[in-house]
Amino acid sequence: MNGIDIGTGAIRAGTSVLYASLGELIAERAGVVNLGTEGCMLGGALGAFAVTVWSGNPWLGALAGGISGSVLALIHAFLVITRKANALASGLTVMFFAIGLTSFLGRGFVNKQIHGFEPISIPLLSKIPFLGPLLFQHDGLTYLSMLLVPTLWFLLFKTRLGVILRATGEREEVVYTYGFSPKWIRYGAVMAGGFLTGIGGAQLSTAYTHTWVENMTQGKGIVAVALVIFAAWKPARAMLGAYLFGGAQALQLVVQQQGYEISPFLLFMTPYVITLLALFLVARKQRSQMPEGLSKVFNGAGGG
Amino acid sequence: MRKVGRKLALISSSLAFMFTFVACSSSTTSTTSPETTAAPSQAASAAAGTGGKAVGFIFVGAKDDYGYNQAAYIGSQAVEKAFPNLKVLRSENVPETAEAERVMEEMIRNGAKIIFPTSYGHLDPALNVAKRHPDVLFYHQGGLKTAENLGTYFGTIWEPVYLAGIAAGKMSKSGKLGYIVSVPIPQVLLNVNAFEMGAKSVNPSATTTVVFTGSWCDPAQQANAANSMIDQGIDVLSQHQDCTKTVIETAERRGALSVGYHAEASVLAPKGWITSSIWNWSDLYVDMVKTGVEGKFKGSKYDGKYRGQLKDNVVQLTSFGSQVPDDVKKLVDKSKAELVAGTLNPFNGPVKDQKGAVKIEAGAKLELDKLEATDYFVEGVIGSIPK
Repeated sequence: MNGIDIGTGAIRAGTSVLYASLGELIAERAGVVNLGTEGCMLGGALGAFAVTVWSGNPWLGALAGGISGSVLALIHAFLVITRKANALASGLTVMFFAIGLTSFLGRGFVNKQIHGFEPISIPLLSKIPFLGPLLFQHDGLTYLSMLLVPTLWFLLFKTRLGVILRATGEREEVVYTYGFSPKWIRYGAVMAGGFLTGIGGAQLSTAYTHTWVENMTQGKGIVAVALVIFAAWKPARAMLGAYLFGGAQALQLVVQQQGYEISPFLLFMTPYVITLLALFLVARKQRSQMPEGLSKVFNGAGGG
Repeated sequence: MRKVGRKLALISSSLAFMFTFVACSSSTTSTTSPETTAAPSQAASAAAGTGGKAVGFIFVGAKDDYGYNQAAYIGSQAVEKAFPNLKVLRSENVPETAEAERVMEEMIRNGAKIIFPTSYGHLDPALNVAKRHPDVLFYHQGGLKTAENLGTYFGTIWEPVYLAGIAAGKMSKSGKLGYIVSVPIPQVLLNVNAFEMGAKSVNPSATTTVVFTGSWCDPAQQANAANSMIDQGIDVLSQHQDCTKTVIETAERRGALSVGYHAEASVLAPKGWITSSIWNWSDLYVDMVKTGVEGKFKGSKYDGKYRGQLKDNVVQLTSFGSQVPDDVKKLVDKSKAELVAGTLNPFNGPVKDQKGAVKIEAGAKLELDKLEATDYFVEGVIGSIPK
């Protein structure tokens, strides 16, 4: 067993979840829970794959993936913010709608070949022992996600835009008093979140597996929602959570290969059990850090 | 607000929990006890399968999956060509539920008197429909149960898998082979065993490491597994999945060799492709349809459990990748000739399991029924079988 292998495995398997977590984090910071994350991710995976097939350019594909995620998130935003629908019901509906829609639209793309993202070894840096193979031999979208974490942290906590966004999730009346529209800020946040989540799906289909098959996210979007709570709505901790989830996936495979007599079916549960454990351990503490606006989710008035 | 946090945590964790179960149950497990169900109550006036206007095929997945379904689809095209008077009805992505019954009923309304339910899990729905329509003939793929008007057929795919194991054992530099499999059903375990025995026959120290993904098609999990195996020094990957593309492409990108399953996919791996075990249903389907429309099903070799072998051409090995050297090809061809002639039988005893316990006694001759109930890994396989 090798630490570097599990570490790189964690990053490979965790990156798509990281994007989805960051996306959900933005939406929740503005006071909207989007359980449709799974659907946005699937939409992103298919959108990105389809455009990569057509254009041969995975970056265009990733852009299309982001837009697909955004469009699905817009449905949720409209229902919750404008129509004041229950956010949980709306999110779940968007999720199942996207599962069906992508299965239908994606049928022609099953096993099409693409020239997707390839791993890029960064010169010099990839030669550093331990850190090199761990951090500097990934695909473009993975590097981008690593840069996104500090960027998002900076945007949220060091800029005026971040203050307004966070205030929308905490005390929308204050935002309103200062002359901003909480409604449109929420729209923006949910769609930006959908965009990032869509790129998470794009990473899965165009960078990691180079494949589209129906329902290929297999619950990763929902795990992302759970990880946002674990992350206490903070980008760096979302990264930790996503890699923990990915690491558990890598670890269970390595354990299988050692030939220990543990049922693989038990091992399949590991990533989810670790997510549950993480929630169990931190959820109580995390409550105080939750954006106050999220409470509206539970009385059916999810928006400004 | 505190209450809200608790609720949200609860909801997220219940959903995560839900997916835990999805992750654990996305498999279609098999029962291995052979049994024959009761005959239909009323006798049909004409022989089952005769007088139809159409032949129906139902597939569990997409017809172009580089896999199991694609192989069956190609077979259905052969039927279309051979019987211009019969319309071929096809239905893809038919789940292994009561939905399958609905699809078959629809096909019967459209004039089908012969139906091919091609997935293991289509068997029980097919048995139900067969009971209601004694005049319709069913050919089920891969099952172990039969009825008056339902026969099952399959191929001894482990034979070409054994041959592919020989090539893999010769081509591997590390002697460490990897097999990415779906779920622990006998067919899967049997293939892993055949692959390892083939490899060991040319390289006594060859091992085959097995990883279960728990699903017939989960590309992310397949990519995880392939990457993880390559990280551990495995240099030849094979698999038992319905969608096979991700494993082959991941191996190719990481510079490992791959042995395919279900389909010729060398285009996905121009550098690392070795060979693949494939199904050739075309001739068999055509012959089965012919037997059916002529009213000769009763008493034919398809009336029960039919197993097509390498010698019948029902299962085959594809051509080799360009980098496979001639001596390896010759070695495989020699064993192939021996398998076809019946002089080579890898599963003649003694066969020992991972712990050295004898599973097939020395001198015992190959029994297909026994192989189809395989519940162990042979010596040299690394991995454990979920109980």
